[in-house]
Amino acid sequence: MNKLGFNRLLIPLLSILMGLLVGAIVMLIGGYDPIQGFSSLFEGMVGSPYAIGETLRAAAPLIFSGLAVAFAFRTGLFNIGVEGQVLIGWVAAVYVGINFDLPMFIHLPLALLAAMFAAALWAFVPGFLKAKFHVHEVITSIMMNYIALYTTNAILRSVIGVTNERTESINESASLASPWLQEMTQFSRLHWGVLIAVLAAIVYYYILQRTTLGYELRAVGFNKHASQYAGMSVNRNIILSFVISGMFAGLAGAMEGLGTFNGMTLSASFTGVGFDGIAVALLGANTAIGVVLAAILFAGLNIGGLAMQLGANIPSELVKVIIAAIVIFVASGYAFNYVIDKFKGNRKKGVEKK
Amino acid sequence: MSFLEVLYIVVPVALAYATPLIIAALGGIFSERSGVVNIALEGIMVIGAATGIITTLTLTEMGLGGLSPWISLLVAMVVGALFSLFLAVPAILWRADQTVLGVAINMLAIGLAIFVVRVLYNKGQTDFIEFRIAKENVPILSDIPVLRMFFINVQYTSFIAIALAFVVWFVIFKTPFGLRLRSVGEHPMAADTMGINVTKMRFMGVMLSGAFGGLAGAVYAVTVTTNFSGTTIVGQGFLAIAAMIFGKWNPLGALGAGLFFGFAQALSIIGSNLPVISNVPQVLLLIAPYALTILALAGVVGRADAPKSVGIPYIKGKR
Repeated sequence: MNKLGFNRLLIPLLSILMGLLVGAIVMLIGGYDPIQGFSSLFEGMVGSPYAIGETLRAAAPLIFSGLAVAFAFRTGLFNIGVEGQVLIGWVAAVYVGINFDLPMFIHLPLALLAAMFAAALWAFVPGFLKAKFHVHEVITSIMMNYIALYTTNAILRSVIGVTNERTESINESASLASPWLQEMTQFSRLHWGVLIAVLAAIVYYYILQRTTLGYELRAVGFNKHASQYAGMSVNRNIILSFVISGMFAGLAGAMEGLGTFNGMTLSASFTGVGFDGIAVALLGANTAIGVVLAAILFAGLNIGGLAMQLGANIPSELVKVIIAAIVIFVASGYAFNYVIDKFKGNRKKGVEKK
Repeated sequence: MSFLEVLYIVVPVALAYATPLIIAALGGIFSERSGVVNIALEGIMVIGAATGIITTLTLTEMGLGGLSPWISLLVAMVVGALFSLFLAVPAILWRADQTVLGVAINMLAIGLAIFVVRVLYNKGQTDFIEFRIAKENVPILSDIPVLRMFFINVQYTSFIAIALAFVVWFVIFKTPFGLRLRSVGEHPMAADTMGINVTKMRFMGVMLSGAFGGLAGAVYAVTVTTNFSGTTIVGQGFLAIAAMIFGKWNPLGALGAGLFFGFAQALSIIGSNLPVISNVPQVLLLIAPYALTILALAGVVGRADAPKSVGIPYIKGKR
């Protein structure tokens, strides 16, 4: 058990290291200087109050999307549909933000609730189909992603009335923006979202570890049949898990709509927040603290990548390669265990779990 | 505009959009029939599209002219097959979660492709290629009344895709190789007991799917977009997966689904110029393939069942 806990920390750390190594190799092949590249990458991540502000700003939606993916993972479900749920949450938050005029203490929570509710409804579909028809949730939620992409664009055009690529700005009473935080970070776009995200991580921990509901959800994740035998409703838990996961995803969208962009833009492609959330959840081993840390790391890499492009003239896409490599290494944990055990010279049958 | 005239416009566009979907869906079938989930098809298509365009640009510069896009298709197949090793090795040898890998590889593909484009051309997208695979009227056949709609303004790649569907059907259902491929996807332990090398078969399945995915991406790039950027392949890979499922993991089914989805795409693109269809909101045409796939999975439009062991790493000796 102890060894397992050790590997749980070792594998993510090794993976990050090897991911950066892959980045260095790609830089070398591309004819760039890795030392210069990494120094401007880290400079852009945490090198100044502005950089830290932007990193934390970008971390907020990733914490939420990471929690969303992780929550479903804990019930043994793969919510690859976070990307679409983010868009739906985003559009709902912006709709409420623009079309209502209320005092802030009602308006802002209302916009957040709208995002949660809309995305939960979107996530309900794959959950319901899984529970009722045993349809694999991965495929349905991928399909729901594309439906969300086209539907949000249609809603932006016909319901919210976007004529010019972008919606009008949301009313200030629904905005997460904080002049104080901005000033403190040399006028980055940092907003209150990151604090809400950390609160959400605590809620995540509380639901899963301290409530009956969370116990049941995890039990279903461990062993469906045993849970059924113990009298839990597996189907109900599958749907609930998806719905709660969707709520987290919707809030990720709200972070973008109410915090960073104060509106929404028509888009032909996805934001990437949901797919990054999968990377975050995986690296964070589906734990609250892990998700927060992984989200900050990936957000920092994304932000630092832009600085790297400006400072060292290295294409920011390199960051995507690094993140993808980290995910591949984390996912290949078995190979690591194998190598580690072989290295220790005590390879036993016990490793061949699963 | 008469109905027939509408078809003369829509069918060639539908064929052009269906072609890469069919090819990629066939690739997906190879992989999933062998038991490996291939969400990475999207990323493989990105790599294929980038390879197709970069190769065409380079060969054109070398003076190969109209031949360059055709050669680039072959190069894209090889590169696609090699790129799919990023899926094959961790999924088959290291027992990594195949869906997670797929997501990561899609990320890797777009990152790597744009990175290479920036290194080569110092900008985020390539130039347009000079020689694309041209739209032609097939001699003789394009004179047949009504049926000519399939032979006017058509690229020969479309016929290749349709022919490939029949070839793949034959390979999967009528050859020993196909039987082995299917058996390791359904019941790898039984196959192993019969002396079939599960690892080898799965590697072949994934790499074939890489070759087809690469070809599909390149075909899309050299026939439809004619340049490469970050938004060249957005969702075609997933649409191909949808076609594969809608076609029930059967090559001929995938052919039908691919044609149908291509038709829906064509209508969503040129529908606003056509009578009747211009009254249908574009969004309905855009989401139709995805919505239909969900309905197919739920059993509303004929039940679609995946190969039994798809997504499960094979561990020798484990029951």
